[in-house]
Amino acid sequence: MLKKIVILLFVTCFACFNTAFAAESGGMPQLNPEFWISQIFWLIITFGILFIVLTKVILPKISDNLETRKSQILENIEIADRQKEESQKKIDEYEKIILDSKVKAKNYFNEAREKILDDINKKRTALEKDLDEEIGGVEKELSDLKNKSGEKINKIAAETSAELIKELIGEEVNSSSIAAIVEDQSKLNKERKDV
Amino acid sequence: MASNPMYQFNVYRIGPEIKLGSVDISFTNASLFMVISSLAILIIFNLGAKKKTLIPDKLQLLSELSYSFVAKMISDTAGSKAKPYFSFIFSLFMFVLFCNMFGMIPYAFTVTSHIIVTFVLAAFIFVGVTIIGFMKHGLGYLKLFVPSGVPMVLLPLIVVIEIISYLSRPISLSVRLFANMMAGHTMMKVFGGFVISLGIVGGWLPLSFSVALTGLEILVAFLQAYVFAILTCIYLNDALNLHH
Repeated sequence: MLKKIVILLFVTCFACFNTAFAAESGGMPQLNPEFWISQIFWLIITFGILFIVLTKVILPKISDNLETRKSQILENIEIADRQKEESQKKIDEYEKIILDSKVKAKNYFNEAREKILDDINKKRTALEKDLDEEIGGVEKELSDLKNKSGEKINKIAAETSAELIKELIGEEVNSSSIAAIVEDQSKLNKERKDV
Repeated sequence: MASNPMYQFNVYRIGPEIKLGSVDISFTNASLFMVISSLAILIIFNLGAKKKTLIPDKLQLLSELSYSFVAKMISDTAGSKAKPYFSFIFSLFMFVLFCNMFGMIPYAFTVTSHIIVTFVLAAFIFVGVTIIGFMKHGLGYLKLFVPSGVPMVLLPLIVVIEIISYLSRPISLSVRLFANMMAGHTMMKVFGGFVISLGIVGGWLPLSFSVALTGLEILVAFLQAYVFAILTCIYLNDALNLHH
């Protein structure tokens, strides 16, 4: 605003100055028509050459350059996008592989575990069966022995007592009577034990 | 003589007098600065357009930024139909900008501070825009002077005002640029003269003002070139897209 006022002031001042002293000093050189034609002529020449050279030579180059840069940048962005997609795909694949292998490893582990457990169970049952059989056999033997032992003891006792009596008395005693006595005694012993 | 603030706008002959018939077309200091400005534009932009690297260097960046700046200015104000006129507006903007900026160098001549130069440019734009308008719309281009939605009573007045405003376009366009440049340079010269006349004691105030004014004038040099170009775009927009 201030600028405008100042300019207006100057313009009016110079206009007044010009009209007042036009005859003396020529006033504003701009209003002296001496070189107007020359200025117009040179303006047309210089501006014409400038316009033609800019239009035909320089501006197409700049425009080309800008276009190629724009297209190159777009191309680069496209390539970058494609590469990004590819890498994302690869990452997905990789993650899938890892997940698969994890699942597989778990399966292997479980299978192996079950197998081992199965094996152990089978062996254990087989062993237990064997053990049971053996224990059964031994128990039977034991009970047999127990049943037979009483008779044998009586027989041995009868024989021993017969020999003892023979040594003591020097006479043969009827073996059947000795056996009867031994049997009575052993029965008595048994009853005493039971009591 | 040199202390006259208007002295800097004097045009004088450089070299021999050239006559075309009875017309004097001698090479003057104004012509010299037109040639310098055009050559500077051509050299800078040619260097900027020469190398085609993906990552631009300084000159390339400068030329490409200017290109997209002007392209955006045109597409914003005149739309996509103004694309064929891009190179003209680009040349115009750069020519005015470089002439203004070269004028900021001390002892240099400011081409755009002469009404005849700016008027020729503005008149060329005016005639060109009018021809484009009539070529695009035929006589329908005259509808530009008849805004829609105006009561019938006011219409004659509005049409007269519109015609006057349309015809005054080249004058306003040329005087705006010329007066801004001339006033700024005169003001700087006046303050420069104050520095000398007040001497070492009192000269510091106008000196600091002069420094500030230099910055302002560089801003104005850019701004006026921009305004010149954007007004051309607006006039072109009127001719290309008839809105009224």
